[in-house]
Amino acid sequence: MKFLSAIILTALLAFATGLYGILPWWSFAITSFIIAIAIHQKAGKAFLAGFAGLFLLWSILAILIDSANDHILATKVANILPLGGSYWVLILLTAIIGGLVSGLAALTGSYLRQTTKQR
Amino acid sequence: MRIVPFLISAIGTAGLIVALNTQLPAGGSKTPRLGYFLSPQQGFWQNAEAVNASHNETTTLTGLKGKVDVYMDERLVPHIYAENDVDAYYTQGYLHAKYRLWQMEFQTHVAAGRLSEIVGPDRIDTDKFFRRMGMVYAAEKTMREASKNKDIKAAIEAYAEGVNDYINKLKPEQIPFEYKLLDYKPETWTPEKTYLFLMFMSYDLTARGVTNDLKMTNARNYFGYEDFDQLYTNVQDSLDPIIPKGTAYLPASIKTTIPAGADSLYYRKATNGGTAVAPVVPDKNNGSNNWAVSGSKTQSGRPILANDPHLGLNLPSLWYEVQITTPTHSTYGASFPGSPAVIIGFNDSIAWGVTNAGRDVIDYYDMRFKDSTLEQYWYNGVWNKADVKEEIIKVKGRPDVIDHVAYTAFGPVMYDASYKNESTKGKYLALKWTAHEGGQGLQTFYDLNRAKNFDDYLNAIHKWTCPGQNFVFASKTGDIAIKQQGAFVARWNRQGDFIMPGEDNQYMWQGIIPNEENPMIKNPERGFVSSANQKSTDDTYPYYLGAASDFPVYRGVIINKKLAAMNHITAADIQQMQTDNYNVFAEMARPALMKFVNESLLTADERKYLGILKNWNLRNDIGEQGATVFRAIWDSLETTIWKDEFEKSTMPLPWPDEPVLLDIMLKDSMYYFADNANTPDNTETLTDAVLLAIQKASKTCMILEKKGELAWGKFKDTRVSHLLKIDPLSRLHLPIGGGAHIINATTTTHGPSWRMIVHLTDEVEAYGVYPGGQSGNPGSKFYDNFVDAWATGKYFRILFLKKEAAAKNKQIKWHLTFTNS
Repeated sequence: MKFLSAIILTALLAFATGLYGILPWWSFAITSFIIAIAIHQKAGKAFLAGFAGLFLLWSILAILIDSANDHILATKVANILPLGGSYWVLILLTAIIGGLVSGLAALTGSYLRQTTKQR
Repeated sequence: MRIVPFLISAIGTAGLIVALNTQLPAGGSKTPRLGYFLSPQQGFWQNAEAVNASHNETTTLTGLKGKVDVYMDERLVPHIYAENDVDAYYTQGYLHAKYRLWQMEFQTHVAAGRLSEIVGPDRIDTDKFFRRMGMVYAAEKTMREASKNKDIKAAIEAYAEGVNDYINKLKPEQIPFEYKLLDYKPETWTPEKTYLFLMFMSYDLTARGVTNDLKMTNARNYFGYEDFDQLYTNVQDSLDPIIPKGTAYLPASIKTTIPAGADSLYYRKATNGGTAVAPVVPDKNNGSNNWAVSGSKTQSGRPILANDPHLGLNLPSLWYEVQITTPTHSTYGASFPGSPAVIIGFNDSIAWGVTNAGRDVIDYYDMRFKDSTLEQYWYNGVWNKADVKEEIIKVKGRPDVIDHVAYTAFGPVMYDASYKNESTKGKYLALKWTAHEGGQGLQTFYDLNRAKNFDDYLNAIHKWTCPGQNFVFASKTGDIAIKQQGAFVARWNRQGDFIMPGEDNQYMWQGIIPNEENPMIKNPERGFVSSANQKSTDDTYPYYLGAASDFPVYRGVIINKKLAAMNHITAADIQQMQTDNYNVFAEMARPALMKFVNESLLTADERKYLGILKNWNLRNDIGEQGATVFRAIWDSLETTIWKDEFEKSTMPLPWPDEPVLLDIMLKDSMYYFADNANTPDNTETLTDAVLLAIQKASKTCMILEKKGELAWGKFKDTRVSHLLKIDPLSRLHLPIGGGAHIINATTTTHGPSWRMIVHLTDEVEAYGVYPGGQSGNPGSKFYDNFVDAWATGKYFRILFLKKEAAAKNKQIKWHLTFTNS
């Protein structure tokens, strides 16, 4: 239950911060970090929840945008980067990058909680 | 201790974020900030426009005086209906920004020498080049002069306000794709940027001289004037000028005098060993076709006007279609993102179009400076103070670069001790260019948008100075006309073809030809007017027009031939003609070539390719192999004849133009350049040169055939490139024929950038197409949706609508409303 709520909260808060284009793109790292402190889980689980939250959020957003766009831009970007022109690979890369940053932030949060608890 | 994993994890997180938030080097360029770029809420994904996106909009623009309705048609062409002119340009600025913001800013950055600021140190030389040409200086000067006209000032300021309203409304995640890719942000638009853009067009259409004059000087120094004058002859036998031969001209009101001593100082005796060549060169193929046929030759009895400006083919396109309707006028056509008004188009009374005049309006003067501070230069017997301008070039990721440019009585010093290449050796070359002389900028187009008749047209174009253009005209009342207009220098023979001495005013321009004496023809008996960048007149015109190499011959020949033969012309006939791939140069050159072929010396393969050439239908259609074989043989022949001789010079020399070699072959079977300079014992003939050319060309053709690229379309491989030359954002391998010397002048990267046909019937029947799309966003389906139609020679019927009709028209898809509150 904790795990699932962590994922959902991570995604929700990341989405909320993302609505403000004025904030840096990595603002969700802070929310993921805070969630990992608030919802205490073991390091591995915290990472997974953080990762999954952003992985899901970014992949769903990217898939929605991309399908409405008939893959026009994703195909071009997947050739520039270069990812062989595959929009699927680009969506996956997007999701993994979001997931990694969020997961690591959550891991950090989880360790911090453990550190303070031990004292 | 749990603090260690915490620290490691914290550092790891921060490190990853920093890495994903930094532009990393990748093969000569830089990656975007990946985390930002890939973020679906902020990065490039936000630019992926839904294919069924609505373009409706209701927006408050506080600077508007009244209400503006914009009806957007299915091709995303806006039809602007404003209550006054200023509001119309305000809205045009807003729409240009909405659909083309990045391009507008990028192009003006290029013109202002600010490319390094966004792409980094690789382009410092390009920036110096444009700054040293005095682009900003000239833009500012034109702005000061043009702003004296209140209407122009108001139009350009309203336009800028419209652009800025859009920029200010833009949320960070909505900035165009390229800003995200290169990681920078839009800046405020200013009226000066419109003038910078117009300067860029002046550069693109008149600045071949900055390279040409240097190369021509090299060639004169290398060959000596007599040989030079033969090789780079100003005689064009096949010329069919814009103004028909035999037309009488006014006598010259400016009598030019050749400076005393020019024989030794200018024509022959080189004072300088050699010269540099510019790093950026406007394309030689920048040219165009335009023509108008009178009602006597059309089926409807009404004139038809056609225009296709040949420019670099880019995405986003240089052009943006628009209809502007206000109580004073209703005009449709192609506009420049970056400038208000329509540039090539029509209104409810007239139509107009332009081709480049190609006249030489840019010259070099060889200056003497006291020392490297550039503060004083020798002029008319005394030391004069130069105006030294400091140029601060911002460079992305590096400290600023400071450059100093001295301004003299002639103009800015382009080459000096600090900006040179190995062959200038400390020369000081000042540039004199009509674009530096100010002018009325946009006034001509502002007036043409509103012109009702021939007199209005003439008044409008008489305000045009640079770049000189051939303005074609047709009216509903049945007039057709063409006039070559611009500020053209009254030159003595070959003045300015080479670098001129600059120590006194002897070589200074002696005047600008009065407008009344510029070549013009109205309602000629033959029933049509046309231009295709050829020389405007025959030799009876009393001024020197410039070096023949500035003027391509053959497109004019075939256009006039076709128009003379055509009758009961319809818009469909003109479409067919504008996209025609017949190669009139090859028609002349093939027999000249065959004259020197000795088939018994050829191998079976060589005979095969020669056979393809012989059986070729002289059309450069995509499937024609003959067109490729012809090109390969002709290029090899030019190489055989010119290369060995020209390579002996350490300086870059221009190769003589195609008509020169063709003329040699038609008239003379022997020529000293055919005598291969590398084999002194063996006097060769044109027959040998042709044999060698066929041998070389056959090898090339064999390789092409193996790759499946012998067909002309495959060989030519036309592309429309993104302005940043990024392939995935470009359209490659387009199936389109044509080429140099052909009406459909599409080469690999150049060609008809806007094809327009206007039939001046009561309702105006007009067609247009350009190789791009109305949206500059690579994530929009409107980014390149005209390209395929353009490549296959198709046109779109233009919607030219009254407001009430627009509201009801089925092809109108969206409605945008702008009010001030």
